[in-house]
Amino acid sequence: MTITEKILARASGKQKLSPGDVVFAKVDKVMMHDVSGPGVIKVFSEWEKKGKKLERIWNPDKVWVTEDHFVPAADRVSAENIITLSNFTKKYGINKHFKYGLGQYGICHTLSHEEAMVLPGEVYVGGDSHTNTTGAMGAFAAGLGHTDVAYVLMNGQIWFRVPETMLFKIEGKKPDYIMAKDIILRIIGDIGTDGANYKAMQFAGDVVKNLTMEERLTLTNMTTEAGAKNGIIEPDETTYAYLRERTDAQYSPSHGDSDAEYSEVFTYEMDKMEPTIAKPFSPGNISVARELQGTELDKAYIGSCTGAKLDDLREAAKVLKGKKVKIRTEVLPAAQSIYVKALKEGLIGIFMEAGAVVGPPTCGACCGAHMGVLGKGEICISTTNRNFPGRMGHVESQTYLASPIVVAASAITGKITDPRDVKQ
Amino acid sequence: MNKTLKGKVHKYDRDNIDTDVIIPGPYLKIHDHKELAKHAMEGVDPKFPEKVSQGDFLVAGNNFGCGSSREHAPIALSQTGIRAILSPSFARIFYRNAVDGGYLLPIEIDESTVKKISDRDELEIDLAQNRITNLTKNEDYSMKPFPELIAKIVEAGGLMNYRPGSA
Repeated sequence: MTITEKILARASGKQKLSPGDVVFAKVDKVMMHDVSGPGVIKVFSEWEKKGKKLERIWNPDKVWVTEDHFVPAADRVSAENIITLSNFTKKYGINKHFKYGLGQYGICHTLSHEEAMVLPGEVYVGGDSHTNTTGAMGAFAAGLGHTDVAYVLMNGQIWFRVPETMLFKIEGKKPDYIMAKDIILRIIGDIGTDGANYKAMQFAGDVVKNLTMEERLTLTNMTTEAGAKNGIIEPDETTYAYLRERTDAQYSPSHGDSDAEYSEVFTYEMDKMEPTIAKPFSPGNISVARELQGTELDKAYIGSCTGAKLDDLREAAKVLKGKKVKIRTEVLPAAQSIYVKALKEGLIGIFMEAGAVVGPPTCGACCGAHMGVLGKGEICISTTNRNFPGRMGHVESQTYLASPIVVAASAITGKITDPRDVKQ
Repeated sequence: MNKTLKGKVHKYDRDNIDTDVIIPGPYLKIHDHKELAKHAMEGVDPKFPEKVSQGDFLVAGNNFGCGSSREHAPIALSQTGIRAILSPSFARIFYRNAVDGGYLLPIEIDESTVKKISDRDELEIDLAQNRITNLTKNEDYSMKPFPELIAKIVEAGGLMNYRPGSA
């Protein structure tokens, strides 16, 4: 069995599972935020209207909650959603509620690893499609809607169809200026935005082995853009060392068997990899930076769960150090703790001296909700994960997706730029 | 549940109709279902909610509902009156949200069937027989039967009403 099959087998009390089997799996952790949470709460209140009493939830210690999409509160409705969320967590004794403006907070997928909320071998579900991100920790991590999350809060389990696993072996030597973002964009370009629909995407190979934990999380984050049920990487010493710095919790990692069956195996040789970009309006609409060289831009955005982790900020800062940005540039670290680390390392100063605005952690502009949305006709280069029509603002705005290195290099010139062509 | 559905087709013949165009990001803070319906498909056709009558069908290309996990998407569509979406393939979270929330039916049909159906056609869908009749064109099509568990959840009217054990 693959690692995904083994985790689901253990969680559903089965000796053996095969792709296509449908199981009810016990959940180890469940997450909701200020968009999915109020939906979950509405399901609860409708359930109560039917006369069903809900004195307690399945296990408040296994539930955690974030405020990330509409913080700082974009308007009165968003503010009221946060109040609704807070009343719910208080009522049901959910203590792990990361509140905006009260110590550590940030984007849910970033807190999932930064706060070690999810551990290897666990079944983790969240009310957000990029829940897949956390599979890089060696967990089964999948996104759900709010009815499913409500069901988990009541019952501690949820149904899954066991996915086929596609194995992506990333081999060779990763060239300079290439990040995990380039790799995953290339893969989505090759297999398409429904290329992994209902399936697991597992990453392995020398390059993956040598990636930092945060870079691995960029790979799994964007498995969602290929339609995958989950993205996953076998846990190893990198995973365990990352966790030792953050938790003393015990866990039981799972590993795939040596005779595990994969539906497809793809091998990528990294040596000739180019800085890669997804053009509007699909994460699968792939080109390389040099082919798009000179495309005029209005904005550069370094933010989100996939593009504003500490490693992302470090790489962007290397490019921006001592330079000035030529277009509107925003940097939003993905969590308060990452903001603090970036501040101590001097990265925030580099961004601000380059002329960028540094803002608070939020999903806001990534999903076109608030805090810097695009106007009609504006063109943005962004470290985020989606560029559908209207994703970051007006339906006639455009977004190019790229690595933090490419976005930083393009911010300096105001045009799409291959970072290899920027003088240090 | 009603085994035979009858309604008019609203056809959007393109692949990858994503959740950002079905219900754009700024509306995610809204949890009033009727309010969401006013913005359904805003990124594709802002007039969509006015065109739909109760019980109608949406016919679209591959990978319908890709993108975010927002349950706002099937909610907004169902609140306009859409009863089923006919597409060759659905993104996984949209599919399970549609079924588990009991909002609407994601019905998988062949790409060739999508081509045969036109905007405004009148269809009759027989869920027991997995048959679709095009009353306008006097044609008959097949649909992919729901997997066992999905059929049971549909029958129960959503996951909250479904009692596991037989899965």
